[in-house]
Amino acid sequence: MRLINRQPGVALKAALMALPFVLTFVAYWIGSEIRLAENPSDKLLPAPSTIAATAERLFTEPDRRSDRILLWHDTAASLMRLFLGVGISALLATILGVLIGLLPHVRATLAGFVAVVSMIPPLAILPILFIVFGLGELSKVVLIIVGILPFLIRDQSQRVLDIPREMIVKAETLGASSLVIALRVVLPQLLPRLIQSVRLSLGPAWLFLIAAEAIASEVGLGYRIFLVRRFLAMDVILTYVLWITLLAFLMDLALRTLSRKAFPWTEASL
Amino acid sequence: MDGGQPVSFVTAENIFQSYGARPILERVNVTVDEGEFISIVGASGCGKSTFLRLLLAQERPTRGEIRIAGAPPAVEPGLDRGVVFQKYSVFPHMTVRENIVAGESFRTTWGVFSGAHKKAARDRADDTLARIGLDHVADQYPATLSGGMQQRLAIGQALAAKPRILLLDEPFGALDPGTRLSMHDFLTELRAETRMTVFMVTHDLEEGFKLGDRVLVFDKPRWDPTDPNAYGATITYDFDARDGGIPFQRIEEDTHVLRPA
Ligand SMILES: Nc1ncnc2c1ncn2[C@@H]1O[C@H](COP(=O)(O)OP(=O)(O)OP(=O)(O)O)[C@@H](O)[C@H]1O
Ligand SMILES: [Mg+2]
Repeated sequence: MRLINRQPGVALKAALMALPFVLTFVAYWIGSEIRLAENPSDKLLPAPSTIAATAERLFTEPDRRSDRILLWHDTAASLMRLFLGVGISALLATILGVLIGLLPHVRATLAGFVAVVSMIPPLAILPILFIVFGLGELSKVVLIIVGILPFLIRDQSQRVLDIPREMIVKAETLGASSLVIALRVVLPQLLPRLIQSVRLSLGPAWLFLIAAEAIASEVGLGYRIFLVRRFLAMDVILTYVLWITLLAFLMDLALRTLSRKAFPWTEASL
Repeated sequence: MDGGQPVSFVTAENIFQSYGARPILERVNVTVDEGEFISIVGASGCGKSTFLRLLLAQERPTRGEIRIAGAPPAVEPGLDRGVVFQKYSVFPHMTVRENIVAGESFRTTWGVFSGAHKKAARDRADDTLARIGLDHVADQYPATLSGGMQQRLAIGQALAAKPRILLLDEPFGALDPGTRLSMHDFLTELRAETRMTVFMVTHDLEEGFKLGDRVLVFDKPRWDPTDPNAYGATITYDFDARDGGIPFQRIEEDTHVLRPA
């Protein structure tokens, strides 16, 4: 049988899925054992048990100076910035995407501009954002927006243009105004696609968030990682990295579930 | 319309349509009475869909005018022209019932009914669905329906808006022969009820003669062997298909005669 037609069974599939995780863990463990055998005070690859102990401490014990559990504060601050940045971007992208996709005049005005603006490397204008919006929350949210909004607008407007013309014409023959076409025909078909696009842009959003936090902040996941880097606290860094990964994964999962639950008609075609 | 002169309902006068420098249609003239069923046939790419888009006012002709009931030429598609394409004629994000209701509600400011209107529209939609045989799938999404059911839904939706003319572009093109036949009966019934003026593009000559009162053939009257795109197509034949499609049967007999024994 051809390789392309061979399917793993249920058990094998689960095992294959776990394999790279297990291998990565084992490789880390061995590396850590070797280094610690040579030098018990080595900080670069802390033993998994050390990381677990650190994680427990970080999640449960309050900081001595401030008497707050810093990890939760960092998480709350970072998620707030992320949700604001991604949420505002998604909202603006939907509105602008519908306008650009549906209205030739808006398209003629904005499509080229958005295409050019999307070429600006967001991190290159981070200093400008800090100067203009200060070092507070605003500049971090704005960096996320600057980073993902152009992509989202282009994506959403293209999705509107991808809607078969026949469907728009059909709505016209039912007497629908531009507003009704936007609200009843285009928007409902755009939302499931918006969720897909937001899922794709979560990665860049995290990148911009951590970059902004690393440079100027007093709280946040990215801030903490770059702070403890000075003490070579690898156990703390790794805990934070694993935590961020888990958060990102859960967000992706939540969006995927939302898309399935909220838009049953997209499932119907499968 | 006994007694009085039949008034021409749709008139296409000296229609030319080109895309860039390329002529697609030229000198198309036709007048159609209210309630007539016009079948349109012709080779692939000769401009049948283009003619339908012009009737729909989705495009405007390079030259000439199309008028419906003497009104000035339309500049965009509207309530007076219903349409069913081969694909994408229903809204995938609405249930079957919502699709029918949309036929009435889309003309409102926000595109939806509320309160008593909503209830009444739902009831009317359910009547329509019963009539087109889709009442058992009223709450399903179109993607779960077969091709024939989707096209029936599309026709039902177009009729719910009560257009003055109905334009069909190969509406049964993607259906199997059996489904196609039942769609013919369905369309014939609906037509008997509504007496609507219909234009239908088809690739199936038999279908065209069976359903149509007239069959228009689009073809290029002039042909430049060095440049096949030099001339556009026009209506080269206008068959009367009313009494069981006799001209069509004559063509069949001829081919029988020509076929070697
Ligand atoms: N918007 C357009 N711009 C440029 N050329 C076009 C456009 N629309 C159609 N054409 C061309 O016009 C010609 C006629 O197209 P049309 O779709 O009307 O043909 P048709 O008779 O419906 O063919 P078919 O039987 O395959 O559906 C085709 O050669 C097509 O490539
Ligand atoms: Mg066509």
